[in-house]
Amino acid sequence: MNSGTRFFAFSAPARFYSLSGLLLPWLWLLTIGLAGAGLYIGFFLAPVDAVQGNSYRIIFVHVPLAWISMVMYLAMAFWAAIGWAFNARMASMLARAIAPTGALFTVLALWSGALWGKPTWGTWWVWDARLTSYLILLFLYLGYIALVEAIDDPKRADQAGALLAVVGAVNVPIIYYSVRWWNTLHQGATISVSGGIKMADTMLMALLLMTLACWAYAFAVVFMRARAIVIEREQHTAWVSALAQTGRGA
Amino acid sequence: MGGQWASAADFLFMGGYGLYVWGTFGVTLTLMVAEPLLARRRCRQALVDAARAEVWKDSTP
Repeated sequence: MNSGTRFFAFSAPARFYSLSGLLLPWLWLLTIGLAGAGLYIGFFLAPVDAVQGNSYRIIFVHVPLAWISMVMYLAMAFWAAIGWAFNARMASMLARAIAPTGALFTVLALWSGALWGKPTWGTWWVWDARLTSYLILLFLYLGYIALVEAIDDPKRADQAGALLAVVGAVNVPIIYYSVRWWNTLHQGATISVSGGIKMADTMLMALLLMTLACWAYAFAVVFMRARAIVIEREQHTAWVSALAQTGRGA
Repeated sequence: MGGQWASAADFLFMGGYGLYVWGTFGVTLTLMVAEPLLARRRCRQALVDAARAEVWKDSTP
């Protein structure tokens, strides 16, 4: 059997595989620790809201997931574009790895939003600018996944996906500014640079911890999926063969 | 139950919003446990497939 250095020395996918393998346990540890602390503060220390009662606690997943799903879309479009422009395999694989987690976060933000809307607005759903543009984000994720999976040649699939992802990125600022540009049922920003923060300290702390937990989760699960994609697509290379023979890395 | 909750039932009741709050956190937790498990399975399957491809390559003249 050949030595590890020879296999891991050169190609970007191989380097990514070994580096992400080192990071994964720490990312999962971080996810569990941050989520545990965030949930404890969110449910046991943060007081009940004067207007919304305990229904406001939905914010601790709704806002992090909605926020991260939008940033993840931009990250997906960025890596897809890099992969397309510079013919960088690893960048395209990262874009593909991000899409399902972005779609999941979007579904969960819509789900938590519906369950929050019912008791506070009296409706599960309304076709206002924020909710509608955010629903389009889900369709963009699903469209990207369907497109890259439908084309057999990985390189052409990556290129087509990149085009869709980059064009769709225009929707992200529309979602963000929708609450300002149009009169929406959805409220404006609670936390902003200009307006300061309009919530209690413990509520804010829980929200920050849950946001960091969701970030750690997103990195961890995207890395896991990217590792699977690397092995699938680099099957012909010597380092993947060696890895599969020794059974390491799962 | 500590803090602001009188009992476990009080905690689950969530001031009348139990269905909405636990509906949110329950589904989120379920899917966020399922996703990494699926990703791990895909990773393992990819390694198995790669090993199988290697065996096939070795046995082909």
